[in-house]
Amino acid sequence: MTTYYTKDHEWIRIEGSTATVGVSEHAQEQLGDVVYVELPEVGRAVRAGEQVAIVESVKAASEVYSPVSGKIVAANQALADNPGLVNEDAEGAAWFFKIELADPVELANLMNAEAYREYLATLS
Amino acid sequence: MSELLRTPLFELHRELGAKLVPFAGYELPLHYPDGILAEHRWCRDKAALFDVSHMGQIVVRGADVAAALERLVPGDIRGLAPGRARYTLFTDDGGGILDDLIVTNGGDHLTLVVNAACKREDIAHLRGHLEPVCRVEELDDRALLALQGPAAATVLARLAPECVGLRFMQAAELELAGLRCRVSRTGYTGEDGFEISVPADRAAKLARTLLAAEEVRPAGLGARDSLRLEAGLCLYGHDIDRTTSPVEAGLAWTVAKRRREEGGFPGAARILRELREGPARRLVGLRPEGRAPAREGTEIVADGTVVGRVTSGGFGPSVGGPIAMGYVAAAHSSPDTPVLLRIRGREEPARIVSLPFVPHRYAR
Repeated sequence: MTTYYTKDHEWIRIEGSTATVGVSEHAQEQLGDVVYVELPEVGRAVRAGEQVAIVESVKAASEVYSPVSGKIVAANQALADNPGLVNEDAEGAAWFFKIELADPVELANLMNAEAYREYLATLS
Repeated sequence: MSELLRTPLFELHRELGAKLVPFAGYELPLHYPDGILAEHRWCRDKAALFDVSHMGQIVVRGADVAAALERLVPGDIRGLAPGRARYTLFTDDGGGILDDLIVTNGGDHLTLVVNAACKREDIAHLRGHLEPVCRVEELDDRALLALQGPAAATVLARLAPECVGLRFMQAAELELAGLRCRVSRTGYTGEDGFEISVPADRAAKLARTLLAAEEVRPAGLGARDSLRLEAGLCLYGHDIDRTTSPVEAGLAWTVAKRRREEGGFPGAARILRELREGPARRLVGLRPEGRAPAREGTEIVADGTVVGRVTSGGFGPSVGGPIAMGYVAAAHSSPDTPVLLRIRGREEPARIVSLPFVPHRYAR
């Protein structure tokens, strides 16, 4: 199981031909208290970089992009019911959606955990 | 953009771990490590300390100063007794709102507290109309702290027992921890509380003294905004501005009875006509049925057409869901009217509700 990250602060965990996507711990800290999430519909086909979800904190609304192309196969209803999960467990229980990978080659465009840490260091 | 200004509490904010953001030309705390939700709830449950030193504090003195100020506002200033404070508005000739402010009768002078973003224009406006008969002076050597919440009076009484003698919208000069301060029982949260004008060089000391009380925690602009929105209080530049009239904004109560009879304030023609005939649109509360917050600018739809726009919107922590305020055509402004909010291309059902969302708990 490998976890990759995007410059927009999504994480994506690969398990075979499907992947789980959420927002990073860093994103969670920047957002503050999350009060609303909007999830994609199961069955929707999306392209890498396409906006698929919304996360709103008390401060503002942010878009969540799909790190890869594919078909949405699950959305986390528990998160929709309790958006504060993002603040409690951003890279675990607060996953947003699962996606069936259309093109695993796209993963080469993403950062691994170490590269993401280095990327974060350039932001501060 | 020019350099951001700092308030006398800037170092304290840093020490407390504040997330600082630009606001009205100042670098101010958006929130502290507790976060906006916790700060909001703490204010409703205990007492929160806000730095509002960015706001303009102005003293106006001179012969017949109350009558002079009445030429610029629709409020009853001549009838304002010493030690009393009143919410009023600077209106323009078209009946729009230039700023909202609190006026306090200080005995031989009036004290005005105005919005930070408007203070330059307000001072010029006052000087242009009142000088040389009156003198207009900005108190730029004073900080302003707001202690808000049900425990505020208990905490402040430990420093100055007389503060409990003040009722809502009353003010007095009190000695706090050896400092002469102007204390008024006012605020912007819907809770009981006080605003304390203190010399800038002693403000951090007073803030530390207040924060040492176990009931008090610091709160930033984020909580200030969600608290005032739940309390249905207008934010200048969003819910009210030069394009909105006092009557449209639900602020007809600030147009005093005597002023309605006499007129003589900027925009009286429009404001008095709207009082008689009703305004074309009204500021209302909006309660979305779903969970999605409706932010400023969201279109309000009824009968297939856009009937208004959201001017303030977000999540109400004490309400436990999304809340908003906005203007709608008068025909759609009655409580319980169903409307749709266009959020990211979808039309989400909502209802018009009366304001405030959370009842005021002032010490009247």
